[in-house]
Amino acid sequence: MSEASPAKAYALHLGVIALLLALSFVLPGYYHGLLARIMVLAVFAMGYNMLFGYAGLLSLGHAMFFGAGLYGAGLAIIQLGWSVPAAFAAGLGCGVVVSLIIGLLALRTTGVAFMIVTMMFAQVFYLLILYFATWTGGDQGQVVPQPARVLEFGATSLDLTNPTVRYMSALALFTIVLLITLAIVRSRYGRVLVAIRENEERTKMLGYDTFSNKLMAVVVSGAICAASGAAYALLFGYVGSSFASVQYSILPLLWVLLGGAATTLGPLLGTLFMYYVIDVTSGYTSAYLLIVGIALILLVLFFPKGILGTIRQRWLGWLP
Amino acid sequence: MDKSKTFNLPRTGLSRRTALKGLAGGAGLAMAPGFVRYSQAQSSAPIKIGFQSHRTGIGAAYGRWYEKTTAAAIKAINAAGGINGRPVEVIIEDDGTDPGRGAEVVGKFATQHKTDIVFGTLFSHVVIGSAPAAGEAKMPYFVVSEGHHVASTKLNRYVFQPGITDVKSQIQSMAPWIAANAGKKVTQIFPDFAFGYDHRDYLPPALKAQGAEVIAQIAIPPTESSFTKYFPQIPAETEVIYHVMVGPAVLTFVKELGEFYGSNRPQLFGFIDSLEAVDINSPGLEFLDGSHFWEGSPRYAQPDDSAAQKAYRAAVGIDDNGAAVGDPKDVSTAAHMFGCWETLYVVKKAMEDAGYKGPEDRAKLVEATEALTAFAEGPEHPQGPKTFNGKIHQCFGIQNISKVEGGKLKVVHKTKIEDGLYEAEGDYTTQAL
Repeated sequence: MSEASPAKAYALHLGVIALLLALSFVLPGYYHGLLARIMVLAVFAMGYNMLFGYAGLLSLGHAMFFGAGLYGAGLAIIQLGWSVPAAFAAGLGCGVVVSLIIGLLALRTTGVAFMIVTMMFAQVFYLLILYFATWTGGDQGQVVPQPARVLEFGATSLDLTNPTVRYMSALALFTIVLLITLAIVRSRYGRVLVAIRENEERTKMLGYDTFSNKLMAVVVSGAICAASGAAYALLFGYVGSSFASVQYSILPLLWVLLGGAATTLGPLLGTLFMYYVIDVTSGYTSAYLLIVGIALILLVLFFPKGILGTIRQRWLGWLP
Repeated sequence: MDKSKTFNLPRTGLSRRTALKGLAGGAGLAMAPGFVRYSQAQSSAPIKIGFQSHRTGIGAAYGRWYEKTTAAAIKAINAAGGINGRPVEVIIEDDGTDPGRGAEVVGKFATQHKTDIVFGTLFSHVVIGSAPAAGEAKMPYFVVSEGHHVASTKLNRYVFQPGITDVKSQIQSMAPWIAANAGKKVTQIFPDFAFGYDHRDYLPPALKAQGAEVIAQIAIPPTESSFTKYFPQIPAETEVIYHVMVGPAVLTFVKELGEFYGSNRPQLFGFIDSLEAVDINSPGLEFLDGSHFWEGSPRYAQPDDSAAQKAYRAAVGIDDNGAAVGDPKDVSTAAHMFGCWETLYVVKKAMEDAGYKGPEDRAKLVEATEALTAFAEGPEHPQGPKTFNGKIHQCFGIQNISKVEGGKLKVVHKTKIEDGLYEAEGDYTTQAL
C-alpha cells in the first residue's frame, strides 16, 4: 500500500461499515440473520488472516482459538451463571491464554511442522471437549439459555436474541476488529510481520526479535478468533464441539484464501462468498460441495491471490 | 373526485377488440392455478412444513429414509384431506448434519420460506444447535431424534418430540428383559461420546432396579479403528456384553469381537442404531447370529404385524426385509424413521385441535400439542400406542427386542410403555410463549 493512500483506505473501510449498517434496514429477515452470522465468522477469518496473511504462518488449528472463546463464554454462563460482559471477557481471556501457550510451543517449529503441530494441538483441544463432556456437553453441545443472553445496562437491557440487537452487536464487533486490524496492518508492527513473512532471516539480521513478534501475532490472532467464538456463543446460543473440529480450522483458511490473504476486507468477502454459494447451491443439489469445490478451483485459477488480493495486484494497489 | 374521469370509459379510446382481449386475458388469469391459490389464500393455501433434513454429512443415510417416510406420510395426509382441509407442502433444506448450518436452516424456514413449523431433525447435536434459533423465532420445532435432550427440559418450549421415544426411556425399558433373559452381570462397550454416555449413565440404575448390575464400562474413543486391545478389559464373569458402537467401525468391532471370543461368547445385546441402513447379512456380522437388539420399529416384517404396520411399510416402500422395494441392498433405517410418520400425524392432530390457521397461531399449536396425552395404535401410529407428557414434550411408546436368527431380526419381546416411564426432570409449560 502506498503512503499516499490512507484516506482512501479509511474511506473504503468506513464505507463498508456504513453499507453493512444500511443493509440492516433493508435486508429481508433471513439474510439479515445470515449476515449477522457471517460478520461474526468474518471476525474469525480476520483473526486467521492476521497470522496467515500478514505473518505468513499457516495454522491448521485455529478452531482451537475459536473454541476457546466459544466455550470460555458459553460455559461461564451455563456453569457459572456469569453476565454477558463477564462471559465475553472470559471467552477472550481463554483465547489469549490458549494462544499464548500454543504460540510458545508451536513457534519452535516453522512451515509444515507448524501446520502439523497446530493441528495436533487443536485435535487435543477437541478431544478434551469430548473427554470433559460432563461440563462441556461433549459432541452434543449445550444451549446457552435464552434468558441469560441479555446485556444489562443499569435499568435498561439489550436482548441479544432480538434480531436487530444481534445484528448490531455483530456489526459492532466486526467494526472494532476491522479497525484494529487496519491499525495493526498500517503500524510499524504490521510491517515487521510482513517482513518476517517475506524473509525472516533478513528481518532477524536487521535486529528484530522475530520470535516475540510472531508470538504477539499468534496471541492477537487467537484473541480475535476467541472474540468471534465468544460472540457466537452469546449471539446464537449454542456451544458445541463441532466448532472446535478440524473443519473449523480449514474454513477460515478457505475464507481468507478466497477473499484475499493479507487484505483487511478479504476475510469478509471470502466468508460472504462461501456462505452464499453454499446457501444457494444447497437449494438445488445435495452435491453442493462439489460446486463449492469447482468454484474454489476457478477462483484459484483466475484469482490466485484471492478476490481482493488479485484486485489489489491488478488494479487497486492502495488496498490495505 | 371527478366522476366523469372515473366512469367515462368510451372516451378512453378502448376498442371492442382490445376490450375482448382484456376480458379473455382476465378470464385466463382468473382460471390460472396461481390466481386460485391467491384468492383462496386464507382457506386452502398449503400448510408449509420445513423439513430440516440430513441430506449430507454423517446423517445422510438416515436423512434419505426420513425423507422417504415423510413423503409417504404427507401423501397419505393429503389424500385424506390434508390438515384442517388444507393441503400440506414440505419444503426441504439440507443441514449437512451440522449444528451451525442447522440453526441457519431453522432461520431460513422462519424468515424466508415462512413455514408453519420445522420438523424432522435426527442428530442430537443438530437438534441442540438449532433449538435456540427455533425458540427465538417462536417456531414450533418437531424433532425425530430419540435423544433425551427434549425431555431433559434444557431446550425450550417450542421443541417437541412426540413421535419417537427418547433414549433414556428406551434403555430403561430394556433392563427388565436383559436381567431376566440374558444375564445379571453386564459389561458395557460404548463409544466415548454423547450417544455412548446416555447408555453409560442410564443403564446401570435401570439394571440395578431389576437385580442385575453393570460390572464394567468400556468407553472406546471415537477415533479408534481397531478394538482388540479393549477386549481383555471385559471381566471373565461377564454374562452379557451390551454394545452400542456406531459408525463405520461397527463392522470391524463385531468382526474383532468374534475373533476374540470364537464360539464361546457371552450373550450379546445391542442397539440397532449400530446397524441402521446396514445389511445384517454383511460379511463380518455372522458373529451376531443369536444376539439381541433393541429396535424401535422392526426392520423385518413380523408374522403378527398389524394391518396398520403393513400399510405403513407399503406406503413407505420397504419390503419384508426392511429394504427398499426393488432394491434389496438399500436397507432402511426402520427402527427410527417411523417417527417421521407418527410425528406428522401428531402435528395434524394438534393443528386441528388448535384450529390452526397460520403462523399467528403458533402459540396455540404449542399449547394444543402440550394438551395431547395419548396416541392409539393404528394407521397414524403404526409402531404402537404411546403416551405423551406435555410438560416435557416427549412421547413414550413400546419397544422391541429382536433376535438375529437365520440372517433376520425376529421380534422376541415387546416392552410395555410403563417400563420406560421416568420422573419428569422439568416442565416446559412454565416457560413463556
